[in-house]
Amino acid sequence: MDIVGNVLPQVLKDEATEDKGEMARLQSFVGAIAVADLVKTTLGPKGMDKILKPTGPGQEMTHITVTNDGATILKSMYVENPAAKILIEISKTQDEEVGDGTTTVAVLAGELLREGEKLIQKRIHPQHVIAGWRIARDVALKTLRDISSENDIESQEFHNDLIKIARTTLSSKLITSDRDYFADLCVKAVLRLKGSSNLDYIQIIKLPGGTIRDSYLDDGFILKKQITIGCKRRIENAKILVANTAMDYDKIKIYGTKVKVNSMDKVAEIEAAEKEKMKHKVDKILKFQPTVFVNRQLIYNYPEQLLADSGITVIEHADFEGMERVAAATGAEILSTFDAPERRDQVLGHCDLIEEIMIGEEKMIKFTGCKKNEACTIVLRGSSIHILDEVDRSIHDVLCVLITTVKNRRVVWGGGNSEMQMAAACEEEAKKVQGKQALAIEAYARALRQIPTIICDNGGYDSAELIQNFKVELQKGNLTSGLNMNDGTVGDMKELGIKECMRVKEQAVMAASEAAELIMRVDDIVKCAPRKRERA
Amino acid sequence: MSLAFDDYGRPYIILRDQGQKKRMKGLEAYKSNILAAKAVANTLQSSLGPKGMDKMLVSPDGDVAVTNDGATIVEKMEIQHPTAKLLVELSQSQDAEIGDGTTGVVVLAGKLLEQALTLLDKGIHPLKISDGFDRACDVAIKHLESIAEEIDIQANDHEALIQAACTALGSKVVSKRKRELGKIAVTAVLDVADLKRKDVNLDLIKIQTKTGGSVEDTRLISGILIDKDMSHPQMQKEVTDAKICLLTCPFEPPKPKTKHNINISNAEDYKKLYQQEQQYFIDMVKLVKDSGANIALCQWGFDDEANHLLLQNDLPAVRWVSGTDVELIAMATGARIIPRFQEITPEKLGKAGSIKEVQFGTSNERMLVIENCQCTKAVTILIRGGSQMIVDEAKRSIHDAICVIRNLIKDNRIVYGGGSAELACALQVLQYADEVSSVEQYAVRSFADALEGIPNCLADNCGLNPITSVAQAKSRQLTEKNPRIGIDCMELGTSDMKEQKIYETLSSKKQQIQLATQVVKMILKIDDVIAPDDY
Repeated sequence: MDIVGNVLPQVLKDEATEDKGEMARLQSFVGAIAVADLVKTTLGPKGMDKILKPTGPGQEMTHITVTNDGATILKSMYVENPAAKILIEISKTQDEEVGDGTTTVAVLAGELLREGEKLIQKRIHPQHVIAGWRIARDVALKTLRDISSENDIESQEFHNDLIKIARTTLSSKLITSDRDYFADLCVKAVLRLKGSSNLDYIQIIKLPGGTIRDSYLDDGFILKKQITIGCKRRIENAKILVANTAMDYDKIKIYGTKVKVNSMDKVAEIEAAEKEKMKHKVDKILKFQPTVFVNRQLIYNYPEQLLADSGITVIEHADFEGMERVAAATGAEILSTFDAPERRDQVLGHCDLIEEIMIGEEKMIKFTGCKKNEACTIVLRGSSIHILDEVDRSIHDVLCVLITTVKNRRVVWGGGNSEMQMAAACEEEAKKVQGKQALAIEAYARALRQIPTIICDNGGYDSAELIQNFKVELQKGNLTSGLNMNDGTVGDMKELGIKECMRVKEQAVMAASEAAELIMRVDDIVKCAPRKRERA
Repeated sequence: MSLAFDDYGRPYIILRDQGQKKRMKGLEAYKSNILAAKAVANTLQSSLGPKGMDKMLVSPDGDVAVTNDGATIVEKMEIQHPTAKLLVELSQSQDAEIGDGTTGVVVLAGKLLEQALTLLDKGIHPLKISDGFDRACDVAIKHLESIAEEIDIQANDHEALIQAACTALGSKVVSKRKRELGKIAVTAVLDVADLKRKDVNLDLIKIQTKTGGSVEDTRLISGILIDKDMSHPQMQKEVTDAKICLLTCPFEPPKPKTKHNINISNAEDYKKLYQQEQQYFIDMVKLVKDSGANIALCQWGFDDEANHLLLQNDLPAVRWVSGTDVELIAMATGARIIPRFQEITPEKLGKAGSIKEVQFGTSNERMLVIENCQCTKAVTILIRGGSQMIVDEAKRSIHDAICVIRNLIKDNRIVYGGGSAELACALQVLQYADEVSSVEQYAVRSFADALEGIPNCLADNCGLNPITSVAQAKSRQLTEKNPRIGIDCMELGTSDMKEQKIYETLSSKKQQIQLATQVVKMILKIDDVIAPDDY
């Protein structure tokens, strides 16, 4: 370290970097806008898909993913830029919180920053920009809440709303041609949950083969397991005992136990005792008089045979999820001890029919007429695993949106209607605000309006013209107008039946504003020296 | 590296491996140290004040943090220069002792070092400089105490506390919701504060974060939130009038610490052992049940069989509760932590109004909320936000606010912010400087200049002209004899910080000036740096 005069000594570690002021800001803007631009072509009903190809030795061509889902794309990307990471983070949060709108949130944050960059270039201090954005955000959210409508959860209108929302969500996905079919399917599945938000009860089984149209909702519950050989394949009026217990051999759980014997006879005795212990356990199970026995763990031949001999159908190796679902569907208690046969009625699950069915080429077990009718299964069929994966993601998005709607109940018109109305309200507000903040509020409005603009662009329509016409329609007082992406005109959303969940929009606006503000406030980026990784 | 020679002209080694070591001496060492420390202070400088900017920090693993909190910034910068590290520690000790003002302390130290550098150039001995700083520091502290005002923390629904919290939150990304968050922080602290002893145990305030929603969804739970769910999926999800059995022993057969062997040599023993084992589980559950408990919280795991027996006995249970949570629950519910099943007695159970499982978002994450605890002395602040970075920053901000409130409860004297306190001290120190007849006079005067650096920096960050606004404030302080005139950062039209309600705690300001002076003195004492070459 040669210090000559006032040369700055090295303060940070080697390879660590620090960018300040303009440089730092430039880095953030570039990163965030690049991410937003990357996903923006997937937005809207005419959005395109992306192929994600994993890197790393030997996997170049395996496991590729084709998707339209923003969160999936962003999650799988490896980015270095810290601001880009923030955008990915909000997309993930959006996915966890409401399940859909993951692209919108990243694009909106990116557009906000693009507008922000212009303001910075005009020498407006970031804090003023933020102050303006904050005002705009509140106005936008208030408008969003004001224009949303609410229907009673039991009413037919609400049911129709759900179908419309499902259709809207599906329209940007791969299965858009079958959206009516799937919308109906998803709504039925969600309504079965009766207001609970546990997505676990909706099981999705993916089986390659057939076409997407062959997918169906099974009101029973399907377990992707097989009935053990030698048992009945069809049980009517089944009494089900669900257990989580060792049925191979019972380990001695007391610590430090060792078996030490000094003769062959003793070995035989111990073996007999072991067997007897298992027999004892089976006897206890038999006292519950079940007709079906489902265990999480594997079952050895001996107890299996004992159970089968008593005419009990045995299903082994149901994993945790499967077991919990069976228990939830049939109203069974998950047992690990079997000393209270008098609680039989409480602990046994019940369903009208259990049978082994074939879907495609796989054997599965179907439970119909369950005691608690909440669980259901969506069986997805399709020509390849890539399609199935994408359909699965789409269905997941729809289910999440529907559940959120059931919880929140507020809906808004789709087709860019809510964004345009929010933008209009912001512009109105900008006229009343004194000071530089007004410029930022206008910028916020422009960013919001970018969402329908991008949707138009993706559809190959003349966005400048359409958006202007759209604006005029709203100005005239046609508050239900929106983009008709089928023929590239401004249409009436009420007629087209395009609705969206308010909560999704609300979360997207909140998260995008927060993220944009966070990035805007940064004036210094310190990157620590990357950790040295040992080559494995 | 300097070499020494003996009488015969042969060189001899003073330091081991001195060829591989770097050594700096004298003025060169002073300057290098000061420049390094100043580099850190410069980074933090733009974060000061309500319009301060944030820093984006990328960890060695590529994780991103965005923060405005001085202590966090310097900690995550991974500074390696030895003197610069002193500033990191400075910020951290302010954080540990006061919790707020971590940026201010580093900036002040930076300003002091800057002054020291010019003094060194004038040829003043470093020790004289540090002596002068020391004397000036004493004068500043005394003056600070004389201009401090006592506030009534109870008055007007704790308005003063809320304002102080707002001042602390004003510079953070959550400043938009500072009023709401400030209220949450005040309520949280007052809930757990021991006003008689004027003390607050901050362990009783748990800050839990969860991404999703927005910062305004942040709320205060008058109880404890733990990131766990019931051990068996079919246990009841809600317990009212809970009687809590808090265990630190696993629901498993005992494992004595002494090494032992149980030898089984015949079938008879084998059967007995099995029965014994079954009995263990039954006894355990029975002991819990008999005590009248209706929920068991355990620090350890459960055996499957025990788990089911708990369900069968209608005893909801939670396993793997973390150690800190166990202690918190014990304090809140009045439960005794029970290390052995045999020692469960009804008196040792804790009580709470309700315990229930809550679910967030679409992913399957559940948490347990324990509300209306017997001794309500524990609260949780649940922070929500659009992304992990926001939530983390909000957590740090709330922590700062909580610390400020705690300090005010301990000592209700405040000084006014906006740089007014520093300006007042600077004026006082300047007056004192003329009374000093020795070389130290220059150092004392420089100390005053350094103090002025804080309002200077504030004004700069707010986009005001620093020199004009500081000069104005200074002359108004002198002519109006009003130590509350500062920089109008928020452009509210008044420079009187009492009107703007910018409160800072006296203890924090005092600590800032003292700590910064101490560190600067320490740096000024170093005249020789020996370090390995590859540094």
